[in-house]
Amino acid sequence: MQEIEKIVNGQKLFQRPEYQEVLKNKKEFEGGMGAIDAEKVTEIAEWTKTWDYREKNLAREAITVNPAKACQPLGAVMVALGFENTMPYVHGSHGCVAYFRSYFTKHFKEPTPCVSDSMTEDAAVFGGLANMKDGLKNCAALYKPEMIAVSTTCMAEVIGDDLYAFAVAAKEEDGGEYLPAEFPITYAHTPSFTGSHITGYDNMMHGILEQLTTDQKTEEKKERINIIPGFETYIGSIRSVKAIVESFGASYMMLGDHSDQWDMPAGNYSMFSGGTPIADAKDSINSTSTISLQKYATVKTMKMVQKRWKHKGGFSNPIGLKGTDEFVMKLAELTGNDIPAKLKIERGRLVDAMQDSYPYMHGKKFAIWGDPDFLVGLVSFLLEMGAEPTHVLCHNAPKGWDEEMREMLDTSPAAASCHVWAGKDLWHMRSLLFTEPVDFMIGNSYGKELMRDTGIPLIYIGFPIFDRHHLHRYSIAGYDGALNLLTWITNKVLDQLDEETKNIASTDYFFDLVR
Amino acid sequence: MGPESLEARQKAAVEEVLKAYPEKAAKNRAKHLGVGSPEDESQKTCGNVRSNKKTVPGVMSQRGCAYAGSKGVVWGPVKDMVHISHGPVGCGQYSRAGRRNYYIGTTGVDTFVTMNFTSDFQEKDIVFGGDKKLTKCLEEIDALFPLNNGITVQSECPIGLIGDDINATSKQYAKQTGQTIVPVNCEGFRGVSQSLGHHIANDTVRDYVFDANPTVLGAPIEVTEYDVAIIGDYNIGGDAWSSRILLEEMGLRVVAQWSGDATLKEMAATTKVKLNLLHCYRSMNYISRHMEKEYGIPWIEYNFFGPSQTIKSLRKIAAFFDETIQAKCEEVIEKYQPLVDAVVNKYRPRLEGKQVMLFVGGLRPRHVIGAYEDLGMEVIGTGYEFAHDDDYKRTKDEIFRSTVIYDDVNEYELEAFVKALQPDLVASGIKEKYVFQKMGLPYRQMHSWDYSGPYHGYDGFAIFAQDMDLAINSPVWAHTKAPWDKEGEA
Repeated sequence: MQEIEKIVNGQKLFQRPEYQEVLKNKKEFEGGMGAIDAEKVTEIAEWTKTWDYREKNLAREAITVNPAKACQPLGAVMVALGFENTMPYVHGSHGCVAYFRSYFTKHFKEPTPCVSDSMTEDAAVFGGLANMKDGLKNCAALYKPEMIAVSTTCMAEVIGDDLYAFAVAAKEEDGGEYLPAEFPITYAHTPSFTGSHITGYDNMMHGILEQLTTDQKTEEKKERINIIPGFETYIGSIRSVKAIVESFGASYMMLGDHSDQWDMPAGNYSMFSGGTPIADAKDSINSTSTISLQKYATVKTMKMVQKRWKHKGGFSNPIGLKGTDEFVMKLAELTGNDIPAKLKIERGRLVDAMQDSYPYMHGKKFAIWGDPDFLVGLVSFLLEMGAEPTHVLCHNAPKGWDEEMREMLDTSPAAASCHVWAGKDLWHMRSLLFTEPVDFMIGNSYGKELMRDTGIPLIYIGFPIFDRHHLHRYSIAGYDGALNLLTWITNKVLDQLDEETKNIASTDYFFDLVR
Repeated sequence: MGPESLEARQKAAVEEVLKAYPEKAAKNRAKHLGVGSPEDESQKTCGNVRSNKKTVPGVMSQRGCAYAGSKGVVWGPVKDMVHISHGPVGCGQYSRAGRRNYYIGTTGVDTFVTMNFTSDFQEKDIVFGGDKKLTKCLEEIDALFPLNNGITVQSECPIGLIGDDINATSKQYAKQTGQTIVPVNCEGFRGVSQSLGHHIANDTVRDYVFDANPTVLGAPIEVTEYDVAIIGDYNIGGDAWSSRILLEEMGLRVVAQWSGDATLKEMAATTKVKLNLLHCYRSMNYISRHMEKEYGIPWIEYNFFGPSQTIKSLRKIAAFFDETIQAKCEEVIEKYQPLVDAVVNKYRPRLEGKQVMLFVGGLRPRHVIGAYEDLGMEVIGTGYEFAHDDDYKRTKDEIFRSTVIYDDVNEYELEAFVKALQPDLVASGIKEKYVFQKMGLPYRQMHSWDYSGPYHGYDGFAIFAQDMDLAINSPVWAHTKAPWDKEGEA
C-alpha cells in the first residue's frame, strides 16, 4: 500500500513485495515461455547474440523488425509547416494524421497542426473527391490558412485520386466563398510504399516550389540564395545555418523554415508561427542560387532547381568541421565575399575544442543509424575526431548513399573494420552489436532497447527522440553545432568512464577528478 | 461579468463554436455538441449528442483508425504473440511502444510488445500483391523468434484495397505449422474511428482464440469457483496490476488480463471463468457479450478510478460471489480507507473547486470523473473520440453538474471551449497537450497518464491525486508573465 508521505508511481510501486507477489502469482496462468521454462528463455536469448543468429537475421528477406524510417506523408507535413500560415492537409484516412501529429509532437514537445479529410470505406469505393471538396472548405473556414498543402496517404494512392483535379473541383464548387481562385492549394503525391519520410519531404517541397513559382519567373534574377534545410529535426541547426549566411551579409531565403513552428514561446498560442512567406516562396525561382543542405532528401526538388531554374549552388551538408568549411566556402564563392572574421573565430574555437577532447573519442568504436544525410554529416565528424564508425546503418538509404559512405569510411585507418549497412533495420543492428561490439551508439530513441539488451551506452542524436528533453532545440550544424556534437559525445564517453571506474576499492583508483 | 450560470456559459460556448463552420459542417457538428445535465431525465444521451458518425472532413480530429483500434489497443498488448503491421512502414512506426502497455518478459525473446514488426510494403507489393511476402514474413518470424506463441496480421489500408487474401494465407500457414495465426482485417479506412477496429479485433479473438482452440504451453488452468477475468484493461502504466491486487485480496482469482500483460493462454482460458469484469466497455463489450451468449459467462462493468467508484465496484463484484468474498471485500475496503482519507486530506485542500475539461478515448471520459470529484475537483466538460450512443447514455450517470459534451471534438472546438470556460486543468492526449500548456494551462495526458500511473485502484488513486496536484500547483505556470509585463498582459 502507498505511504502517504512518499507516494510512488509504478516505477517503485511494483517493486514492493505485495506487487512482486502479484506478478509471481500471475505467472501461474501465463503461457509465455518465461512463465513455463525460464531456462529456455535464457538459452534463446543467448542464441540471439551469436554469429549463427546474425547470419539468419541478416538473411531476412520479408519481415522488417524495428525499422529506422517512417513513411512519406510525415515528411510532407514537415515541409508544409515550414511555410507561413500553411496547413498541412493529408488526403486519406484520419488515423494517419493522428499518427503524424503525435509523432512530431512527442519529439518536439510542441503542437503539430495538420488536418485530414477523413476518407472512409465509401471514399475507397467512389474516390475521395467529396471528402476533398468538404475538407478544403472546412479547413479554410476554421483555420484560415494562407495556403493548404495537400499530401496523400497510401489509401488515396492505391485508389488513384487526382489531387490537381480535385483541388480545382473543390474551388469550383466553393465558388470563392472560402477558397478564392487565387488561394494556393499546393499538392504532392506521397505514397507510403515508396521511399521513406525523406522522399515525402522531397515530393512536397518539389510540389510547393513548382506550383507556387509557375508564371513567377522574371527577366532579372536577384542576387539571392535559397536554402532548403531538408528533413531537419534540429531547430538550432536551422538557426545556425541562418546565422552563417547572415554573417556573409547575403540576401537569402530559407525555403521551408519550420524552426519557429516547433519552438513557440510560452504565453500565447497561435496555430502557426514563422515559416517562409508565401510571397517569398513564389519569388524563389528568381534567386540566383539554391543550396540544399540534405542531398538525399531533395533529389527531385534539386533536379528541378538545377535543370529548370538553372540555379547555382547545389548541395552542402554543414555538419561537422569539414561540412561546415565546405558550406562556408560555398557561400564565399556564391556571394563573392570574404569569409567573415566571426566565422574564422568560431572555427578556431571549434578546432581548439576538438584538440582538447580528441583523446576520448580517438579510436572509440561507434555504431550509428539515421537518415542518409544526417549520417554523412555525423560520420564525417566522427572521422575528423579519429573515432571509428564501426557500423553505419541507414534503413532508408537511397541509391548511391552506400558508395558515398564507403568512400568516407575508406579514409579511416580503421576502414577494414568499418561497415556500411544500407537498407537494414535495428534488429539487424542488434546482431551486429552482439557479434562485433562497439563502445558507443549514436541514434534515436529506438536505440533504447539496444542499449538495454547490449549494455552499450547510447548517445541521443537523431530523430525521433521521445525520452530525452530539449535536444532538438540545439544545433548540430555549423561550427557551433559541431561543438555541441563534440560536447555530447565527449561527455558521454567521460560519463561511461566514471561508470566503469566508480567501484569502491576495486576500480576507483582510475576515478579521476581531472580528465 | 454577471452571475451567469455555468450552464448558460456552456450553452453559449456551443453556439459560438458552431458559427465558424460552413453551413453543412455546422449542421453536422451541432448534433455532436451539447450540454449534459445530471437532472435532465429527458436526454437520451448525455447532452443529447450523436456519436459514432463520420468525422467532418478538413477539421483537426483527434481520432485514430481501425488499425489503431486493433493493433494499437486490443491485440498489441498481448505479449507472447508477434503482431505484424502488414503494409507500409509508417503505421507500425508511429504506433510503436507509445501506449505504455506494461508487461513482464524478455523482449525479443518470449515477449514482443514494444517491438515493431512490419512487412514494409514496397510498390511491387502493391502492384503484385503481398500474400507471398506475408508467408515469408511468418516463416522468418518463426525462425528468428521461436518462442512466439502466435502471430497476428494487422492489416493496414492497402491490404483491403489491393485484394490480398490474408485470411487464406494465414490459414494455410497455420495449418502447415499448427501455429496460431490471426488475420485481422482492420484497414484504417474501415469505420469512422478506432472503434470498428476494436470490434474487428474482438471478433478475431472469438474466431482464432476461442473457436480454434489453440495449443498453449504448460499445464491447463484448473477451474475454481472464484475465477474472474479482467477485460478491457490495457495495463497502461500498470493499471491492471494495481486492479488485480484488490481482486486477489478479496479472494478472487484473476485468471486472465485482457489484454495488458496478457498471454494467449490466459485469453483462451477465459471461457471457463465465473465472471468477466469489464473495465473498458467500448473496446471489449463485444467479446464479453459473446462469452455470455456462447459460454454463459456473465459480465459486469466496473470502475476503479477514485475511491468512491472503486468501493462501489468492489461491492458490485463481491455481490456476485458468496459471503466469504463479500466479507473479504469489506475488509479490503476497510484496509484501504485510511489511505483514502490520507490522500483526500492531503490533496483536497489544494485542489478543491478546480475545474477540469476532459477529452479522451474509450471509458475515461466518464470513468475518471468520479476520481476528480473525490478530490473536490469539478469536471465541466467531457467527450469521447470514438464513443457510441451507449457510452453517452452511461455518461449521464457519471456527471455531477452541467457539463459540456463534445463528441469527436476537434482542435478548433476544444480550444474555443477552453477559452470560453477557462478550466484550471485540461486532461486529454499528447496532440493537444502543448496547445494548452502554451496558453499557461496545466495539462495532464489521460491516455498515457503522462508517463506516470497507474491510476487504477487505491494505490493508483494516490498517484492520480499527486499528479493532479503536481500539474495544478506547479510553480512553472506563474513564470509565463514576465516581471516587466503590465497588469492584464500575458
